[in-house]
Amino acid sequence: MSILHTVNKSPFEKNALSECLTHSMDGSAILLLEDGVYAAMQGTNVEADVKNAVASKKVYALGADIKLRGLSTDRMIDGIELVDYAGFVDLTESNDKVQAWL
Amino acid sequence: MSEIKKFMYVNRRAPYGTIYALESLEVVLIGAAFDQDVSLAFIGDGVYQLKSDQDSSEADQKNFSPIYQALGDYDVTKLYVEKESLEERGLTLEDLMPLTYEDEDDDWAEKDSIRLVSRDEMKELMDQQDVLFNF
Amino acid sequence: MKYAIQINEGPYQHQATDTAYHFTKAALEKGHEISRVFFYHDGVNNSSRITTPPQDDRHIVNRWAELAEAHKLDMVVCVAAAQRRGVVDDGEAERNGKDATNIHPVFRISGLGQLIEAAIESDRLMVFGD
Repeated sequence: MSILHTVNKSPFEKNALSECLTHSMDGSAILLLEDGVYAAMQGTNVEADVKNAVASKKVYALGADIKLRGLSTDRMIDGIELVDYAGFVDLTESNDKVQAWL
Repeated sequence: MSEIKKFMYVNRRAPYGTIYALESLEVVLIGAAFDQDVSLAFIGDGVYQLKSDQDSSEADQKNFSPIYQALGDYDVTKLYVEKESLEERGLTLEDLMPLTYEDEDDDWAEKDSIRLVSRDEMKELMDQQDVLFNF
Repeated sequence: MKYAIQINEGPYQHQATDTAYHFTKAALEKGHEISRVFFYHDGVNNSSRITTPPQDDRHIVNRWAELAEAHKLDMVVCVAAAQRRGVVDDGEAERNGKDATNIHPVFRISGLGQLIEAAIESDRLMVFGD
């Protein structure tokens, strides 16, 4: 049973990212979208936590939201995979269920 | 649909500051009629929903905490409360409402609906569900 | 796959309904089925017939209506949440003595049971919120 976790809020605004990270199993998938994509960037004070997640889970970021916010994919944390909405749909298919950390 | 699904209602918000706690409870009550395997998870600020002594006499808002007490009558008997979330907020089980249900499989013995679980146990519980509701 | 879609927030205030729209559209393009789109909490405001957003930005309600019409989507607005927030159709206006309606015809007002049913019948429940 694998969960696709989604995090749509900024890690500096809400605790959704940290609750997601502490409640997700190794090998699960995490998708950062909407304001959640800020956690995908290098140089933030959540970078270490996200890098840890990349090491044991599969972390993705929604490209449309990265682009919308003027963020550069060059400055994304290594190992985070960009997906589009079709890719988002694929992730919901390849995992058994979705947990939305709002 | 003969298959019974494991439904978990995930509660992460405090009551009253926003409507999510109340309106998610309304889903639980309606959902109780559908005979699925239901549990509620209280994580983070969600644990505040179960705080005892809620009193709306000065705030002029509906005190909906009695609804949690009625859950046992609706066969909603698994309320998982995360230990670390309580501790981070300086709370213990004693600060929460004593929620119980009558176990028809055990001569109607009164039992606690609140099950204290660790963060790791909560993680496992979530992994076992079929459907996760969030509000 | 069969998807149940739950939208918890209103148009423009949060990105939730935009993300839900793009997800739903992508799922349909891949040949998946959408069993129901259920609007809860402030999400019921996505059903207003009378929004006038600025012309140079997306028209959220119309965009949903076009998608719903093209794919015969079941767009359900929760009755309790709608009553709280003043989202009214003819039936509700009559039942509750209101002198106006404001719901777009592509949406129907119904009970929370519709959300539960959709969650039971679908392979995945997607929740979009704040």
